[in-house]
Amino acid sequence: MNKTDAIIIGAGPTGLFTAHQLNLIGLNCEIIDNLNKIGGQCIELYPDKPIYDIPAVPECTGKELTNNLINQLKPFDIKFHLNQRVDEVKKDNDNWFVKTNNGKTFLTPNVIIAGGVGSFEPRRFSPKECEKYENKSLFYAIKDKKIFEGKIVTIFGGGDSALDWAIELSKNSRVTLIHRRDEFRGAKSTVNKMNELVKSGKISLLTKYQLTNVMGSDQIQNIEIKHDDGKTKNIKTDYILGFFGLIMQLGPIADWGLNIDKKTITVDTEKFETNQKGIYAVGDICSYPGKLKLILSGFHEGALAARACFKLARPNEKYRFEFTTTSSNLLKRLGKKE
Amino acid sequence: MPKITYITHDNNKHTIDVDNGLTVMEGAVQNDIPGIDADCGGGMACATCHVYVKEDWLNKLPKKEDGEEDMLDMAFEPKSNSRLSCQLLVSDDLDGLIVNIPSKQG
Repeated sequence: MNKTDAIIIGAGPTGLFTAHQLNLIGLNCEIIDNLNKIGGQCIELYPDKPIYDIPAVPECTGKELTNNLINQLKPFDIKFHLNQRVDEVKKDNDNWFVKTNNGKTFLTPNVIIAGGVGSFEPRRFSPKECEKYENKSLFYAIKDKKIFEGKIVTIFGGGDSALDWAIELSKNSRVTLIHRRDEFRGAKSTVNKMNELVKSGKISLLTKYQLTNVMGSDQIQNIEIKHDDGKTKNIKTDYILGFFGLIMQLGPIADWGLNIDKKTITVDTEKFETNQKGIYAVGDICSYPGKLKLILSGFHEGALAARACFKLARPNEKYRFEFTTTSSNLLKRLGKKE
Repeated sequence: MPKITYITHDNNKHTIDVDNGLTVMEGAVQNDIPGIDADCGGGMACATCHVYVKEDWLNKLPKKEDGEEDMLDMAFEPKSNSRLSCQLLVSDDLDGLIVNIPSKQG
């Protein structure tokens, strides 16, 4: 069990700056995120798109913003727990007990939800029957590519993941790549490579098709795909893989007894506290009158929530407001003064 | 004010006056029309404001930017008349537009 002054759920820009604010005022924290990397929507949805409305930063991409925020955290020792989703938050006397889907547990007086629109999950195939084959003969990510050796593998998607895996698996498997249109959005060199493999017969390519059904018993045996013109086709396959990117799902947050309205959590604007004492929501996931879904608003919300955490984490101390320009306390924490 | 008709998956019709300058997505979100999530808030980054445009409207709409077709790859059951409603700017030209909302957004 890890004990900490605050748990931050979400390693996007708001979560990162909130961690900065907590550490600056002398509180420690740990950050949990379901993605395998730091940066949230900035890194997953628009790493290369420029942002123009960060105060004092005329232009930066999602990736640059994330890197700058990570740099800003360098003076502090912050533990990140990536690749895991917080499944449980429940009351334990004066603390909150927090548990992730990996079984990691935490005890903390403060939980700050900086979860954007929820956790990123793979976008799934639409036919209902797909669900029962998930992680058996249907995958949205590959952990062990050996299982595909010598098998028939059907890959759906038009981006880099679909193309990369089609190319890689074509070495040892019979690969069919299926996409809803003729154009691929993957890197040009990857698309060229794939086209070469199609020409040499290593990859079968079917475009303007989408998955309409899967058939089998324990494992998938056949799938039905449908062309834009309405004609269907049956193909035999051992595995199907879907690479349609990620989508945000509110997920377990809905079960923690918080006031939720249209996928956002209602908070006050003094502490950004929810209806549960010691649970705060900041950034895109919180709502209050006048809420703007801007990164700069998330920074403000995180700064105030961090001050609110102080009371519960240090009940016998008094919080004193200080500036980083002049306070020797703050400068020491920032490593700028002995 | 242009009228936009949103037809939800369960066939409920909502005809709404939407201000010029808003997007078809914003018209739905501001009027609590179910089925348009718009997770990214209109940044063409999530494909959760996906709609099917009535066929006779397809050619009257502004053409898709490059990124829109790429995002539609990720939409739930995209078709030839799929659009992202965050990219459809409402103007008098769109008065009478009819869009169908898919059964889910992902």
